[in-house]
Formats: sequence, structure tokens, C-alpha cells
Amino acid sequence: MIRLIALRELKNLFLSPLAWAILAVTQIILCYQFLSQLETYMQVQEKLSVLEKSPGITDLVIAPLLGGAAIVLLIIVPLLTMRLISEEQKNQTLSLLFSAPVSMTEIILGKYLGILGFLLILIAMIALMPLSLILGTAIDLGQLFSALLGLTLVLASFAAAGLYMSTLTKQPAIAAISSFGLLLFLWIINWAGSSVEAELATNQNGENVLTWFSLLNHFEPMLKGVFSSADIAYYLLFICLFLVFAIRRLERLRLPH
Amino acid sequence: MDSEVLIEVNQLSRHYRTSKRGSKHDNKHSGSRDGYAIAVDNISFTLQRGEVLGFLGPNGAGKSTTMQMLTGNLAPTHGSIKIAGMDLMDNPIEAKAKIGYLPDTPPLYKELSVDEYLIYCAQLNRISKGAIKSAVNMAKERCGLTEHGRRVINNLSKGYQQRVGIAQAIIHSPDIVILDEPTVGLDPIQMIEIRKLIKELGESHSVMISSHILPEIQTICNNVQIINQGKLVLNASIEQLTQHMQTQNLHISCTQLIDIHKMTVLEGISEVKQDNNHFILTCTLPAAEEHDEEHEREAAMIKTARQVIELANQQQWGLYEIFSEKQSLESVFMSLTTSDLLLKQGLNID
Repeated sequence: MIRLIALRELKNLFLSPLAWAILAVTQIILCYQFLSQLETYMQVQEKLSVLEKSPGITDLVIAPLLGGAAIVLLIIVPLLTMRLISEEQKNQTLSLLFSAPVSMTEIILGKYLGILGFLLILIAMIALMPLSLILGTAIDLGQLFSALLGLTLVLASFAAAGLYMSTLTKQPAIAAISSFGLLLFLWIINWAGSSVEAELATNQNGENVLTWFSLLNHFEPMLKGVFSSADIAYYLLFICLFLVFAIRRLERLRLPH
Repeated sequence: MDSEVLIEVNQLSRHYRTSKRGSKHDNKHSGSRDGYAIAVDNISFTLQRGEVLGFLGPNGAGKSTTMQMLTGNLAPTHGSIKIAGMDLMDNPIEAKAKIGYLPDTPPLYKELSVDEYLIYCAQLNRISKGAIKSAVNMAKERCGLTEHGRRVINNLSKGYQQRVGIAQAIIHSPDIVILDEPTVGLDPIQMIEIRKLIKELGESHSVMISSHILPEIQTICNNVQIINQGKLVLNASIEQLTQHMQTQNLHISCTQLIDIHKMTVLEGISEVKQDNNHFILTCTLPAAEEHDEEHEREAAMIKTARQVIELANQQQWGLYEIFSEKQSLESVFMSLTTSDLLLKQGLNID
């Protein structure tokens, strides 16, 4: 049943021009970033090679590319997730799912996996760019996969938060802007964290809480190839939390209010 | 007993907060208390297999809310709903599998074709893989959609979209079919077809339909419920209802002015209303307690009509039109929904 809803969601996405437009625009922007970064790298390559332990192409091209992809998708994922529930509420098609013998959990997981499927396609297309470098040079595959895994987890978190936001309102646009706001806030929350941290530098009590909450903070190590189970646990917790919120919210839609 | 109870609703109520603006219900507040409006107030009824139940009420009476609760789209504030013996709250999935529901707005994914949509609905209702094709074909055939399978729903006319909505509700041949105003937006021919379909459905399933169109209810339902301001004001079978329609109207048109007084003294006429040279005579008929007495009422009506014609000839009023109008469900509906008087007159038959 979950698979059915997920597949329907994915197919519906491709029936609308939105999915195609998103794929195209993301690809164009990232492609431009990729090429310009490659250009810069070619120019500085000779000077760098003199240095001991010089950063390679994976550090200078691939990591920034995938980091950039996360930022671009921070804007784009809310546009994808906004439809999930709020559009169905607006078009009053949600009653089809509500009256079918399907549980709320199945509805939410189905919708979530559908959007996740689309994001995986998107990531696969982005991954083609760094992988194309294999033709000409050696890249650090371990770092690439760590970064891709990081990107997948970040996007999966975006989607979960966006899905929850979409259950809150009947207006897709409001769902989009509020999930964008939430994600951006969680992205930059470590700004405050870092300045506080500077003040508390003497206090050796480890990490600042705000920094820990930042989506970015857990992504950066993965871009560098540092693979920590704490970071993965953070993303998985994040996803589960918002999915549970979304299920509860969907249940609540039926209650008197 | 082969009458099997499929829906059992017990003291069902639904309130919602009025203090909150932009309430999500189409229902107008039906009386409020302590900041709560009551959309549905303490309704109890049962639906049996083979029964076609008509659900009537003015806008905002709570028809759609009740139907939404029966189908698990809304949770009731109080009360219980049992679908084929299963509690809708405790076993929602098993209970919902027994229901086909068409909401007031058909839940269509408009970018899909009719076939794609119906296949999806069949899968959602857990129809086994092998049976999907025949289920979709059956539903399409019953709703007259056979030739439209490959068309995108968005390009269909409203009437055809409505049919897709009905097809969606009957695709898994559920025991209970709940249709919220199924004939809205259909042309007269389609309406007749859909009514025929509903009658057919009523033979093997239980059907519950809501409607504003009273003759529709009269022709297809065998039981009627009238709901007003969230309360059930009438629950009766069609036969019981017709027995209680004690008055009948006689319409006459004359070229000359007539003496209303002379008309009122005639036997069996209780009231005369004038509309230019058109007159509406309200006739009181003997109450038919038994079904067989129907023809006696008929005879009484003919007698009154002949009296009127004779009188018109005598007085040379220039009578050129006369016809009788059976008091319809409409007038019962009107009197029940404008006041609760009839309830007190003992029209509430259980």
C-alpha cells in the first residue's frame, strides 16, 4: 500500500511540468557551478601541485558542488513538498485516501517515499557531473560517496520537514514558504551558535547546542569525507521526528477543531 | 433474518469551535453553545442491506458532515459508528473496506486518465491484481464510461467527472455505498441513468444518498431521513410518508373573476389561494391508514374536482385549466425544516 501511494506520487510528479522544470533548472545551475569551479581549479592546479598535501579535485570541485546543490535544493524541495498534502486538501482529493482502507501512517510514508524517489533521481543526475571527472583524472571515490550520502540525508530531511509543513495548511504556497523558512532557519542556526561559542571559548564544555541543531553542521564533515554515525543519527532522527509529526497532524485533521 | 444491519449509528454528534475563524466546515453553525457550534446533534439510525436511504436537509444541515463521519473522514465528537458490526474507531481499515464514498466534490486526480485513476482506486481498495481489470471495466460499464477510459479526467465535462466519482465509489463492490449529492451537475438523461444505477446498487448493496432534489429521493429511495440543524427530524419509509400526506392541491385557471367564498364552502376544500386568475385549492383528504385505502383518497379527490368543475360551469367562470398536484415530499420537507411542528404531530415514525 505504501509502495502504491509512493509510485502514484512519483508518477503524478512527472505528469506535471513542475518536476521536469525542477530537474532542468537544478541541472543547469549546478552545471554552471561545476564548470566554473572546474575552470578555477585548472588555473590554480599548477601552483597547488607544488604544495605538500595539496587539496585535490575532490576537495576543490566536488565538495563545493554538492554543498551548492544542498543550498539550491533548500529552495527547491519546499516547492516539491508543498503539494503533497496541502494540494490534496485544497482539491478535496484527500478524502479518497481517507475513505480507502489505508492508515494515516501508510499515507504519510507513501507520500514521503514518493518524493524521496524523485530526490534520488535528482541526486543521481547531480552525481553524474563529478563522476564524469573519472574519465580524465583520479577522484577520491570514498569522499564522493560520503558527500553524496550526506546530500541524500540532507534532502531526505528537507523532504520530511516539507511534508510536515504541507499537512499544516491548505495553501501550497504557504506550505512552501514556511518549509523554506524552517529549513533556512535550521541551516543558519549555527550562526548564532558560533558567535556564542566564541564567547564561551574558555568554557570547555564541548559543543554548543545551537550548532548541534544546524542541518549544515552535520553535512560539512560528510562533504570532507568524515563519516560519523552521530551525523547520520541526527538526520535519521530529524526525518523520523517530522514524519511522526506529519502522521499525528493528519490524524488531527479529522478531529473536531 | 435476512435484513442485515450494515450501518449502526448511535448518538452521533460533531461539534466544532466557533471562536476560531475560518472554520473548515461548509456547515453553517447549527446552534451554538459555549463557543461550540453543533454540526450534527445526537443522531442515531441504522441502515440495512438492500436499503436505499435518502438523506435530505437544507444547506448546512449536517448531511455532508454525517457522511464524512460515516466514512472516517471526520472523527465524531460523541457517539459510535458500527460498519457491518465493526466499530469505525477501533477497526478503521476493515470498516472502510466495506464502504464506497463519493464526497460532495469528487476526489479526482484530474491529470490522470479515467483508466489510470480507476486502477489506482482499485489498488487503494486492495483489489487483488488479477481482479483489477474486471473491476475497472465493471465500474466503467455501470457508469457509462466505457468509451472514455483513455481520456484525461480534466478534459471531461462535469457530468462525466461526477460519473468517474461514482465509479470510484463502487469499484470494489462495497457493501455500503455513500453518495453525497450524486446527481449534481448532471443533465436530465444522465440523472435518469444514475438513478437507475443507484436503484440497481440498492438491490445488492446498501445505498445512502443525500440530495436536494426531492422527487429524486422519492423515486429511488425506500427510506427517507430528514435532517435539519444537525438533528434528525424525520426517519420514515416512503410508504409511511405518503400515507401522511393528507392534503392535495387542485390548480384551476379561469378567464373570469371567481367568487372565492363560493369555492370554500364546497366539501373537501379547506383553503383557496389566488394568484391572478390562477387558484390553488387545498383539499383535505381522508387519512389513509392502510395501503389499500389509497384508491379511496383518489376517489375523494375526483369527487372534489367534479364539484369544482360543476360550480365553475354554473357560474360561467370560464374555466380553462384544471389539474391536481399531489402533495409532495417537498411540502413535508418544507414544513419539517421550517418548524419542528410536524414532529410533534407524530410524524416521527420509528
